[in-house]
Amino acid sequence: MKNATIQLESLTCPSCLQKIEAAVKAVQGVDVDSVQVLFNASKVKLNFDDAQVAIEDIESAIKRVGYEVQKSRVKPV
Amino acid sequence: MQRLILRSKNQIALASGLLIAAAFLNRWTVGSPLVFEGALIAAALMGILPIAIQAYQAARLRLVTIDALVTIAVLGAFAIRNFEEAAIVTFLFLFGAYLEQRTLHKTRSAIKELLEMAPETALKLMEDGQFAEVDVEDVEVGDILLVKTGAKVPVDGTVTAGEGSVNEASITGESMPVPKEKGSQVYAGTILDNGTLQIAADRVGEDTTFAKIIELVEEAQDSKSAAERFIDRFARYYTPTVLAMGLLVGLLTRDVELAITILVLGCPGALVIGVPVSNVAGIGNGARHGVLFKGSEVIGDFSRVDTVVFDKTGTLTVGRPAVAETEFYGENTAEAPAYLASIERESDHPLAKAVLAEIGEIETYAVENTEVVKGAGVVATVNGHRVAVGNAALMARENVALDDKARAALASCEERGNSLVLTAVDGQLQILMGVRDQIRPGVKGVLERLKRLGVRSLVMLSGDNQGTVDAVSRELGLTEARGNMLPEDKAAYIRSLIAQGRTVAFVGDGVNDSPSLALAQIGIAMGGGTDVAVETSDVVLMNSDLGRLPHALGLAKATARNMKQNIFIAVGVVLVLLASVLFGEWMNMSIGMLVHEGSILVVILNGMRLLRFRLTTSRERS
Repeated sequence: MKNATIQLESLTCPSCLQKIEAAVKAVQGVDVDSVQVLFNASKVKLNFDDAQVAIEDIESAIKRVGYEVQKSRVKPV
Repeated sequence: MQRLILRSKNQIALASGLLIAAAFLNRWTVGSPLVFEGALIAAALMGILPIAIQAYQAARLRLVTIDALVTIAVLGAFAIRNFEEAAIVTFLFLFGAYLEQRTLHKTRSAIKELLEMAPETALKLMEDGQFAEVDVEDVEVGDILLVKTGAKVPVDGTVTAGEGSVNEASITGESMPVPKEKGSQVYAGTILDNGTLQIAADRVGEDTTFAKIIELVEEAQDSKSAAERFIDRFARYYTPTVLAMGLLVGLLTRDVELAITILVLGCPGALVIGVPVSNVAGIGNGARHGVLFKGSEVIGDFSRVDTVVFDKTGTLTVGRPAVAETEFYGENTAEAPAYLASIERESDHPLAKAVLAEIGEIETYAVENTEVVKGAGVVATVNGHRVAVGNAALMARENVALDDKARAALASCEERGNSLVLTAVDGQLQILMGVRDQIRPGVKGVLERLKRLGVRSLVMLSGDNQGTVDAVSRELGLTEARGNMLPEDKAAYIRSLIAQGRTVAFVGDGVNDSPSLALAQIGIAMGGGTDVAVETSDVVLMNSDLGRLPHALGLAKATARNMKQNIFIAVGVVLVLLASVLFGEWMNMSIGMLVHEGSILVVILNGMRLLRFRLTTSRERS
């Protein structure tokens, strides 16, 4: 398990939260209960299983719903 | 392509706005219906693109969002050939999103400023003995770094060489420069005002005090209260419900106009965004003024506080005893202080330190035949005289006669909670000193402001004896003061206050107060941000400055009020809109969208007021 903090472009609409949350949770290998989308900080925090999925896959899932990823930080749990 | 369209949303809004303006200009001047409709159709088609893309992206994730409501409504307007409304609604929706983006940015600015104080580079001592600029992430514990005038301290560290003064506002909220020299601690994110320092890195990256503060603030601004979680859940089902309602009304009445109006009116917006906006502005204001709130739940609780409990030492008082009064007896007043200082110089008792600080620089003598009388004082020979330094019991043992004046002074000192240091030379009383812990400057004003903010009882708990506690209590006008309390007694006392139905805030300096901090509804830690107390508490007063407490309380109250206002505005607007569509004639899709976007802006602007919040009384003082 790894813990990731993903910095996004600044979020301005409340429905963004729902979309990003659903998009990230749909990725295989992401610990669904750990997903936290921070509206004001415009960050996503989550735990994922690095054997199943790479951080790039999670990033591209976010990009696919239309949000820029600025940078990600991954550290062991 | 999709991304390109989404990214140029603002330009699309501008273009569709211009087209709409052109259409109406045409109607009032040339009057060609073809140009009028054509311009409106173009505006609507352009405007709906980004909205429809967003709706589609959400639908793929099985979410019905506000974008879907707007898209369907606009398509409906097309179906009944109402291009005017289709164009205006899409424009208002996009323009509103743009304004929201701009104003939200402002609301978050306080925290953004804090983030921008994070250092990015450091001058690190390399193997060749030269300093080279490196990324702050490449600094490791133990590295030697150079900090020049005007630069940010890159990590937490200890000064190894040089001196200078540092502005620690990013950590403490206090912009008075703090002098630093070899051995001083410096913190990441603080700014070297003048001088040059070499420091050894102690804590780097996420472990620095500054990084921890940022982390706390970021978590706090997005933490959700019970009410907010409810609104979130509500909003999730609310949007599909509105969609279903619109369809149902459309099917039943066969009135497409009415159905799409309901879709637009039902857009949730202000309701979802209102509370987070108040929250981020309130917490941002606090962060700038040396007050750290750990979340919106804390703000709610704190705003209702009616009892504030203080730990005495380190919060109300300085925590360092000092001589409060001095009286001289007999004739050789010139010699006696020198003898006293000579004896106290050899002691490490806290009272001795206070006495020495009071006397200051003085010529001292050799001390011989020192005899320590346990619990009473010291007797020794100084410069050929027998000198006794200690309490009343020691004087009695040494057969020192106390006259009426001395007896009266003794009694009054004890009543005021002073510890006594008496000095007798050759059996004659020479000096009487009353030593006590000093009340922090400005505390009285702080307590008065708290009372004015609606705190009904101010309680002090202390491990000190009751006499001292009563003295401090009288001086400060506290509601209640209890002495001889161990940490577990304090915790039990707080538990009993809570059982009486009070909302209790506990203010402590940390180490031994953790149980009370955790137990009280609001634990307020005094700390430079490094303490364990920061972890267990709900509110942190940076720089251990009690003077920030009234601002913290006032801000919490203002923020809680602001959240309520926003919820009221949001719910009120939805109710008014629904009522007017059901009972009024004037309501249509465009007005609905205008009011909807307007209410979002109103709640954001309302939240923004908190950024400027200052307690009026604190302005008077400064």
